[in-house]
Amino acid sequence: MAIVLDKVSYTYMARTPFERQALHDVSLTIKDGSFTAIAGHTGSGKSTLLQHLNGLLSPTSGRVTVDDVDINDLSKSNRDTAIKMRQSVGMVFQYPEQQLFEETVAADIAFGPHNQGLSEQDIEARVREAMELVGLDYDKYSSHSPFELSGGQMRRVAIAGVLALHPRYLVLDEPTAGLDPRGREDLIAMIKRIKKQWKLTIVFVSHNMDDIARLADDMLVFKGGELLRQAAPRAVFADRELLAAAGLRPPQVQQIMWCLQESGMPVRTDVLDVDEAQADICRVLQGKGGR
Amino acid sequence: MAFIEVKNLSHIYNADTEREHRAVDRVSLSIEAGEFVAILGTNGSGKSTLAKHFNGLLLPTSGEVRVAGFDTRDEEELWQARQQVGMVFQNPDNQLIAAVVEDDIAFGPENLGVPPDEIRKRVHEALELVGMTHFRKFAPHLLSGGQKQRIAIAGALAMHTRALVLDEPTAMLDPAGREEVLQVVKRLHEEQGITVIYITHFMEEAAVADRTIVMEAGRIVADDEPRQIFAQAARMRELGLDVPVPALLAERLRRQGVKLPQAIMTQSELVRALSEIYGKVEG
Amino acid sequence: MLSDITIGQYFPGNTMLHRLDPRVKIILLIAFLVEVFAFTSWRAYAVLSALTVAMIVVSRVPFGMLMKSLKPLWWIIAFTFVIHIFSTPGEELCHIWLFSLTLEGVLQGLLICLRLVLLILMSSLLTFTTSPLELTDAVECLLSPFRRFGVPAHELAMMMTIALRFVPTLIEETDRIMKAQRSRGANFTTGSIKSRLQNLVPVLVPLFLSAFRRADELALAMEARCYRGGVGRTRMKQLRVTSLDYVVALCFAGLTVGLIVLVRV
Repeated sequence: MAIVLDKVSYTYMARTPFERQALHDVSLTIKDGSFTAIAGHTGSGKSTLLQHLNGLLSPTSGRVTVDDVDINDLSKSNRDTAIKMRQSVGMVFQYPEQQLFEETVAADIAFGPHNQGLSEQDIEARVREAMELVGLDYDKYSSHSPFELSGGQMRRVAIAGVLALHPRYLVLDEPTAGLDPRGREDLIAMIKRIKKQWKLTIVFVSHNMDDIARLADDMLVFKGGELLRQAAPRAVFADRELLAAAGLRPPQVQQIMWCLQESGMPVRTDVLDVDEAQADICRVLQGKGGR
Repeated sequence: MAFIEVKNLSHIYNADTEREHRAVDRVSLSIEAGEFVAILGTNGSGKSTLAKHFNGLLLPTSGEVRVAGFDTRDEEELWQARQQVGMVFQNPDNQLIAAVVEDDIAFGPENLGVPPDEIRKRVHEALELVGMTHFRKFAPHLLSGGQKQRIAIAGALAMHTRALVLDEPTAMLDPAGREEVLQVVKRLHEEQGITVIYITHFMEEAAVADRTIVMEAGRIVADDEPRQIFAQAARMRELGLDVPVPALLAERLRRQGVKLPQAIMTQSELVRALSEIYGKVEG
Repeated sequence: MLSDITIGQYFPGNTMLHRLDPRVKIILLIAFLVEVFAFTSWRAYAVLSALTVAMIVVSRVPFGMLMKSLKPLWWIIAFTFVIHIFSTPGEELCHIWLFSLTLEGVLQGLLICLRLVLLILMSSLLTFTTSPLELTDAVECLLSPFRRFGVPAHELAMMMTIALRFVPTLIEETDRIMKAQRSRGANFTTGSIKSRLQNLVPVLVPLFLSAFRRADELALAMEARCYRGGVGRTRMKQLRVTSLDYVVALCFAGLTVGLIVLVRV
């Protein structure tokens, strides 16, 4: 069970003067149950890649399979399973609150299940469940207009709208963009909770290396439409040449540790968060007998 | 008298209705010419509302705001005040007016009735100052977010404003764009002596300022040098704000008993202090 | 794809057509359109077509781009043609069910289609060789004599400017919202016309909300840059009529007189 891209290339506006290759021969596997981060500059092909994961774009060449089903093979025998597999990949776009349109929160979240043709009873159950999962009280908010909520709450409604489809994979494009620090922390906690409770496979794009370091267990680094490397964040961040090539900066704690090491302190440089850095600095200072 | 003088300012939205909301609550504040002030606060803390008073986009419900001595409540003086203070907003797409970069920058001076030759000169200068001369014939939708924000800054500079108010100019940008905008603002402050009022959620950006103002629920709750503000990591978190990573790590180490000085804010400060301690331990 | 739309596409260059004063261009275009509809003789059409081809060559706008501007209108042209060939009485060529195809019909149909094609090509040439700002400035200038009758010349021109600026942004946005709703199982491609229209609600509502928000923020940004209407404004780029404009206008006048003579003999 996994999403597999096999030699995928994608060209925008092929055979016109504006032709531009956005993905070049990308092969990768998003493992079932993983928490995969995608990093890369604007224009590195990240968004194009995401849109391949649920068939919004189909590759110019190459294959995308979800759980071994080719999601772009719409021949009679494969069509139904292909569409089912596409729907098993939930897609949360950047600023998802901008896609809300219904009069009430519940109606908006019900849009997806409704399109799936579920019964009214099932739809309501899905809405309740999704709202609970994103931390919105059903009785309090279901009949509210989504446009009266705060920005952070609107984003939760939008995410609930995707969760109500019962995806097995959840793809998020910069889920914390534009939020204030508190909103950002709340949203990250929510994503972790969703992951834990539903055992979803999560794929997310982020520009924040500190967030990637503390959340992800797998990481894809893109540059100019090519996949430079797929590895665990710790390994990626240890590869300074790779980071420089992709134009990424390591998490800030790592930058601090590198400087400390250069100034003569024998600290580890592969730390991923403040806790690890703190422990290691203490270890080094203590080892020398001082405090 | 300071460049911007705010006296006992309150701003109430939807006054006398059910949805009445006091966004700014009896704020007094003065900002000197040439200062670089960062304003922090969560969404809804009133920082944007306050900032929109600095060039009279909003007028006080009570209290007064003077810019370079001009009272924004008087219609003619407001016009004068507005020419002193340029504004850059969060969404780079919603503040460029013309379909070609240089025409957009000309928009401000055109409104002021500047003669055509002089406008041309100003547009040229403004583009140089933000390093966008190469893009003067481009359509805005072909530029990156950071470039669009630089154009917005140039649009204000072409009006010969003395101050820039930037309302979360980097919130929608990627790290490269954020860096780009911050560097341009810093340079304008240092080289051109432009007064900068910079609203942001990113603490690294606030750390660049000379002075940081923290707002909560329409009030100013802290107003000090950034390093003094970030030394209070716990309080910042209570206010729903971040602390720069070096300051946070320093605070954690201090709690572990490492004797670090109070006011550590940047990476180099932390590294220097730690290696000093390590040197002593070793010696 | 949505991004194929070529509204207001400007093809930068420095040809004679690019250098003409936009006001002169608009007036000449209007005169041209009048002539296209006023003349009915094939000889006149030969001359007007030759003029169009010459202008295309002079403009150096790639032929493919011009054809693209015709693309959305092909079916209108085809429809007009079909209507005319069957509805014009005359010498019958053949008979299909209730309709008879006539020679006059074919000629009439061809003529109307030629008119449409010339009209579209010349209008596109105007937008291809004139920057949006020049165009709006010219409109403002040409409309300003009507201001005394209450025509808001400046405001109309400003609206045009903003519309041109935001067309690409809104196209991108529509694309994004459609993709987001498709990810939630929305279907825009099958079903009856009624259900398809209903299916557009989840796209149109967010699009309008966003457009309103943009308008709001844009108004604020304009105000922050001291905009207070057209009074007292100056312009960086000023329209100036040069000798080139006089030469071109005179040539066109000469051509028109020639055409009238040609039709009379």
